[in-house]
Amino acid sequence: MRFFGNTNGIGVIHSVLVELSKYLIIILFAVYTLHCFSVFLGKNGERKEKIYHRQNRIMYSIHAVCALVLFLNSLDIKILGIYALQLALLIFVNKAYVYVYKNASKMVLNNMLMLLMTGFVMIGRINQGYVIRQMVFAAAICVAGLFIPFLIERYQHFDRLGMFYAAAGILMLALVFVIGTEKYGARNWIVVGSFALQPSEFVKIIYVFFLAAFLAKRTDFRYVVFVGAVAGLHVLVLVAEKDLGAALIFFITFLGVLYVASGRGAYLFAGLMGGVVAAVFAYHFFSHVRTRVTAWLDPWGTIDGAGYQVARSLFAIGTGGWFGMGLGEGIPAKIPIAESDFIFSVISEELGAFFAVCLILVEVSCFIMFINIALKMKRRFYKLVAVGLAVEYIFQVFLTIGGVTKFIPSTGVTLPLVSYGGSSCLSTVILFCIIQGMYVLNEEGERKDEKAARGRNIPDSREKSGRKRKAGTGDAQKG
Amino acid sequence: MRRKAETLRPPKNRQVKKEGQGNLQIMRLTYVVVVVFLCMAGYFSWFMAAKSEKVINHPGNTLYEALAKKIRKGKILSADHKVLAKTKTDSSGKDTREYPYGKMFCHVVGRNTNSMTGIERSFCYTMLRSHINPVSKLVDTFRGEKSPGDNLVTTLDYGLQRAAYDGLGDYKGAVVALEPSTGKILAMVSKPAYDPNTVLVDWDSLISADAEDSKLVNRATQGLYPPGSTFKIMTAMEYLLEHPEKYDSFQYECKGSESFSGNVINCYNKERHGTLSLEMAFAKSCNGAFAKLGTEIDLSKFKKLNEKFYFNKALSLDFEYSKSRYSLETRSDLGEVTQTAIGQGKTLVTPLENALIAATIANNGVMMSPYCVDHVESDTGDVVKSFEPMEKGRIVKKELAEEIGEMMKSVVKKGTASSLNDLSYGVAGKTGSAEFDSEGTSHAWFVGYAPADEPKLVLSIVVEGAGTGSQYAVPVARKMFEEYLGR
Repeated sequence: MRFFGNTNGIGVIHSVLVELSKYLIIILFAVYTLHCFSVFLGKNGERKEKIYHRQNRIMYSIHAVCALVLFLNSLDIKILGIYALQLALLIFVNKAYVYVYKNASKMVLNNMLMLLMTGFVMIGRINQGYVIRQMVFAAAICVAGLFIPFLIERYQHFDRLGMFYAAAGILMLALVFVIGTEKYGARNWIVVGSFALQPSEFVKIIYVFFLAAFLAKRTDFRYVVFVGAVAGLHVLVLVAEKDLGAALIFFITFLGVLYVASGRGAYLFAGLMGGVVAAVFAYHFFSHVRTRVTAWLDPWGTIDGAGYQVARSLFAIGTGGWFGMGLGEGIPAKIPIAESDFIFSVISEELGAFFAVCLILVEVSCFIMFINIALKMKRRFYKLVAVGLAVEYIFQVFLTIGGVTKFIPSTGVTLPLVSYGGSSCLSTVILFCIIQGMYVLNEEGERKDEKAARGRNIPDSREKSGRKRKAGTGDAQKG
Repeated sequence: MRRKAETLRPPKNRQVKKEGQGNLQIMRLTYVVVVVFLCMAGYFSWFMAAKSEKVINHPGNTLYEALAKKIRKGKILSADHKVLAKTKTDSSGKDTREYPYGKMFCHVVGRNTNSMTGIERSFCYTMLRSHINPVSKLVDTFRGEKSPGDNLVTTLDYGLQRAAYDGLGDYKGAVVALEPSTGKILAMVSKPAYDPNTVLVDWDSLISADAEDSKLVNRATQGLYPPGSTFKIMTAMEYLLEHPEKYDSFQYECKGSESFSGNVINCYNKERHGTLSLEMAFAKSCNGAFAKLGTEIDLSKFKKLNEKFYFNKALSLDFEYSKSRYSLETRSDLGEVTQTAIGQGKTLVTPLENALIAATIANNGVMMSPYCVDHVESDTGDVVKSFEPMEKGRIVKKELAEEIGEMMKSVVKKGTASSLNDLSYGVAGKTGSAEFDSEGTSHAWFVGYAPADEPKLVLSIVVEGAGTGSQYAVPVARKMFEEYLGR
């Protein structure tokens, strides 16, 4: 009996490692996910610290295992080089952010790094050229992100520039009509040299600032109608560009911020009703909307046309099964736009549906952390910005995962931080940084208040309650 | 000091209120988001657990290439574990499929190359999963060998398949055999057949051969034939649905030929059947009587009845099939109505559809979903998944099914299939001779079941261009009944 059969030694080691790594990665990621939620259970600061460190170790382990599997698959030494650079970037961001964003939520940072790492591995597995570009973008924006807290602190008057945000946002969106190019059926790209920018990704952030700046002031009916009209203009421009995903995200974000600002369910209800009417209208008047719905209802009947993408995505997810085919063992070339809009399908195909479900839960954990921060925000403007960005983020995740799994019609948006795409990566890292930065500022403000209060010789009771609240803030507060 | 504290409190409270403003709404939003995401995760898990197996076996999915690198596609076995298809690995590690019985099972089992068909296609991914224990799998991996995929145990009965295959002889045609109480497909033959072992080499000649031959077509599920007199089952059923009291009182005077406003309907060889009850008109397959029934039934109800039996409708089967076509409309002219009532119009059936009609009658009016894989087992014999019989629903009332059953018994006792009357368990059936061209050549049909009172085997047989059902299809049925039930 030949022990090695008819394959070479490295091949055998590789296939054994692929088989074992499937389960190892899933177990590690499941533990990571569990910690995302178990961290809420206790109030013990030391325990939380331990959990954060464990999460980091898990991330580095998964990264290393993936790199090893991919390397043994092709024996391409470049893979190791790319891995080393990624590792350096992850470690650098991990250390630097803890330093700059003092007291910020470590969980948010962990999740951001985890998602970035998953993206690196999957994009690199699909196309090496892509991942190098992605790393350049990620590195640049992560370095830039270090300055965001200073910016927020330096310019305290962000909330006075409402009109400016609105004008800038609409202008940037409209720019694609002048110098835009069409990609994947939507005219929402601007190509500069070898870079393709997606203005809507950046406007997403300014747009939330615009909403928060206005709605933090007043929420009477006439005012809301005015803000709604401007927000609607954003949405209409996006619809005209056929960027349905972005249009939906902008719309839902408006409703979310409006609801929190006004505290009135009636607005939310009216908005949703309006949305339904608009959707029915869009279905009847735009063929590309109908195409998406047809593909959603019956991808099999339209597999050679409208249903092609969704059907391919479901084939990949289903064939991968619960434990996946193993990293590098699937055929992502058979999924359209695998590196971007459909990266979730590739992840599920190769790393398994268990991993994919955990990924969904990690995204939810991200959102809960954002909300946790929003709840603690004192300044109304900051609170609304945090809510707006959180809603924007999670709704985008919903659209992309729901779309590729046929839960909802697919709208063609990226999975933030994981998908390949400079604009998307840039804007998401900025989003994370703004939320964290505002939180840091908020906490500093609180500490100053306390100091001032103490100086004014405030009775003990107040200090106690302050401390209590501080302890209660739990996770988001460290050190 | 105390007073000071009190004066400070109100503004502080106001501030807290302002700080907390919106938090209630934020919490509500969060709950909604969490619920939506849990629904999405739940849906995703449900898809994986319940739907994905069916989805990935879609012919458009070509990802099996990736699986086939690690798993050796499993075997296809008959109900008594005879190997119908297996994978052979040559010295260079290349896999090919082997079919020990060659042409005999070629359509139902299908082929693995040149665009997969049959069970090979619809359970491709099932056979490319391996449920042997993880340690053995790891050992296989260490040895650089593929793990054996899961095996399929079909519902196909080897003896019955052989009887059908031999019974058809050199004729073109098709046979479907079902178990009426479960819907299990016991045999499925289509002739002419091709050898799946050499299909790769023979491909050019198979596809270039003249259309008459079409060996690649599974006639049992894809062949559309005029039903001939077997369709009188449907006509009689509709008539009795509308006029239940006429079962005993109906009478018809057959003169061998009758004209319905100029549309002449002849009996076979213009034979005069004389005065007939409904039962005898059915047993003797009197065309005049049934053309008359056709003029007395409600055409829109007749259409509904046929569609309940899955004419013009998708069947959701595990293999390639054509929808049977019922083509009468309420505005159809009398000529077409009378022709259709005796099974000669534009209405076309597949042998499988005809088998389903007979099986529904044999099963007291309840149609069972036809299926051909009984269970999936790992290479070490552990059952991985079993397929249970599934009802397609009650199509007609039990009483009506029994009345039609009685009439089908008369066909054997004193009608066109009387040559089967000597079988001890009793047979019920209906013959047909479906003319398909102006020269009067006809396809021979037999549909029926046995034992007549406790049906275990339903047959639907068509012999192309042979002649009458009594002469050419009934003998095939006889061989199969004898094989499966004895004499």
